[in-house]
Amino acid sequence: MDTLLPVASGGAAGPPTSDELRELYSLMVAVRHLDTSAIAWQRQGIIPGYAPELGQEAAQVGSGYAVDTTRDFVFPTYREMGVARTMGVDMVAYMSTHKATWHGGLYNPMESRLAPIQAVVAGSVLHAVGWAHGQTLDRQDGVALTYFGDGASSQGDVHEAMNFAAVMKAPVVFFVQNNGWAISVPTERQVAGGSVAARAAGYGIPAVKIDGDDVVAVLDATRRAFAHARSGNGPVLIEAMTYRRGPHSTSDDPGRYRSLDEERDGAGTDPLERLRQRLLADGIADEAFFAEALAAAKAEEEQIRTGIQALGSRPGTEMFDLVFQETTPALKAQAANWREESEHV
Amino acid sequence: MSNSILEGRDAAGESTADDTVTNTAADSPASTTVMSMQQALNRALDEVLADNPKAVIFGEDCGRLGGVFRITDGLQAKHGAQRVFDTPLAESGILGMSVGLAMAGFHPIPEVQFDGFAYPAINQIVCQIARMNYRSRGTMPMPITLRVPSFGGIRAPEHHGESLEALFAHVPGLKVVSPSNPHEAYHLLKYAATRPDPVIFMEPKSRYWQKGEVDTARHDAGGGSPTGAKVMREGRHLTLVAWGAMVSRCLQVAELAAEDGIDIEVLDLRWLKPIDAEALAASVRKTRRAVVVHEAPLTSGLGAEVAQLITQSCFDTLKAPVERVTGFDVPYPSGDLEDEYIPNIDRILFGIQRVLEYKRG
Repeated sequence: MDTLLPVASGGAAGPPTSDELRELYSLMVAVRHLDTSAIAWQRQGIIPGYAPELGQEAAQVGSGYAVDTTRDFVFPTYREMGVARTMGVDMVAYMSTHKATWHGGLYNPMESRLAPIQAVVAGSVLHAVGWAHGQTLDRQDGVALTYFGDGASSQGDVHEAMNFAAVMKAPVVFFVQNNGWAISVPTERQVAGGSVAARAAGYGIPAVKIDGDDVVAVLDATRRAFAHARSGNGPVLIEAMTYRRGPHSTSDDPGRYRSLDEERDGAGTDPLERLRQRLLADGIADEAFFAEALAAAKAEEEQIRTGIQALGSRPGTEMFDLVFQETTPALKAQAANWREESEHV
Repeated sequence: MSNSILEGRDAAGESTADDTVTNTAADSPASTTVMSMQQALNRALDEVLADNPKAVIFGEDCGRLGGVFRITDGLQAKHGAQRVFDTPLAESGILGMSVGLAMAGFHPIPEVQFDGFAYPAINQIVCQIARMNYRSRGTMPMPITLRVPSFGGIRAPEHHGESLEALFAHVPGLKVVSPSNPHEAYHLLKYAATRPDPVIFMEPKSRYWQKGEVDTARHDAGGGSPTGAKVMREGRHLTLVAWGAMVSRCLQVAELAAEDGIDIEVLDLRWLKPIDAEALAASVRKTRRAVVVHEAPLTSGLGAEVAQLITQSCFDTLKAPVERVTGFDVPYPSGDLEDEYIPNIDRILFGIQRVLEYKRG
């Protein structure tokens, strides 16, 4: 299971430089601050709901940091805000999904290299396989990175995706964030066989189970996985062990299924604090840097919040206009009806 | 549009009982050849692959075998295993993979081997393929042409004779089409496989081996719309609305009724979404009576939609309520009972009789 993946050839891999470590920290602080702020936004009525990723910053920033947005493509679920931020996606456009502006978010997925936000758990894992096979057919070297969780690993589509990818040697990195909980059901009642990574052996897919709260370990594993897939060796699976420190969503009440003691024990040390201690110990960053990073995160959050608050509803015509590339007479008629009847109100 | 079609189809009334070929041999242009629907579909796919380097065909047994119905026969040998390939046996995988290929700029033409095996892929079809253009605000079109050998009539095992058109037609974001003869199969598949939207292409498997003339140069003589319905036989007294394999059966019924002096118009709906409401209106405004025929179960079947569209446009002039002759609200039966289930000539004639004998009040 702890198959050691080959080290990337070229500059893609190797231990992160000091500059990279500082950037990883800045990203994690930005993500942490935006994530916790989004909960506040919901409480303040700025957005109707949010699915926090508190505690998964290292897993998301570390893996997203390995993506080459000029050639790779990422397939998220609904909890990959940290990945989106790391990839440089327009965060007002991304967070608009939580404002109930548009389901997939307002960002352009083709330009962002991030597929639209996906609400079906494991819904996009097969899409990654298809996209990756397209790279093979086009003789390109892009890699598909697809995210799913311990809960989604129960879905049949994950089995089909892993089998298809292995049969076709598709360049896919399956990135599992095992955060311990699928809403209220803990991993031990979700995942048989010890781990999701253990299953990969059944498909002949190399897999690693890593400490998902160690951003350096996450980045290293993801870079190796990308190098493996990019070299034509087929798919790789990474299971990043982390912990969902917050609720499943702003509608959830974890007190009904886990105690605060259990939360504390399960969560372990905060991944952000771990990186901070490491940077301090290695003399890579000091308190002034951390203060500066937090100030930048706060300024960024304010900018995003302002953007979100300024977002109006999309025009109702988009309901009709975006269904097809080539619309139908029935849709045109319904749109005309809607317009006429809504104008009378 | 119907009038222009009719002008070009004077020979329609000369159709033989068992097929829907409308051109006599003497009239046939050089571009016309006789072929089975299987051959017509195969030729259409061959040409789509030649015309569009981004078109790819895949599914269970589509490659070396050429499909269990041989629709993709020879295509892998001709176009290569990168363009025409076998997948593992998992329909959700096939359709989910199609989404990713479409995102990567391909035009996937997947096959689900039999109608009933579209069910395991429903999440990918309904929640993903149908919605990705919408979810992505038009930046990720899904030009996916899903071929589904459909409907009954071949004494096959369970789940091999289903009619899913109402289910697909109900899903926003999907288009649905079904050809009734080799000529329609050739042209509708070529049209569907060049669209930027997802199209469910329902092939009437009981008609795969029926031959007919295919004019590869032109689809509708008279310039009808490739997205519209088509009058297959002109008549004055009653309109039979059908699609897929039921069209040829309705043409047979029309011949029999003609012996009793009843002049029946047969409208091949072709597109089950979007439905050509104008063609329905044009036909029934003239005949003032309509019977819709389909293999699918009665309740919430597409016949109800057709009946409503006709009622909406022709309520004032209808001589009788629109009648439906359909399968029953039962699981599709075994081969022994198949002929009891699928609308047969007698049941369609009874439906016609009920409409003709309808008395108000």
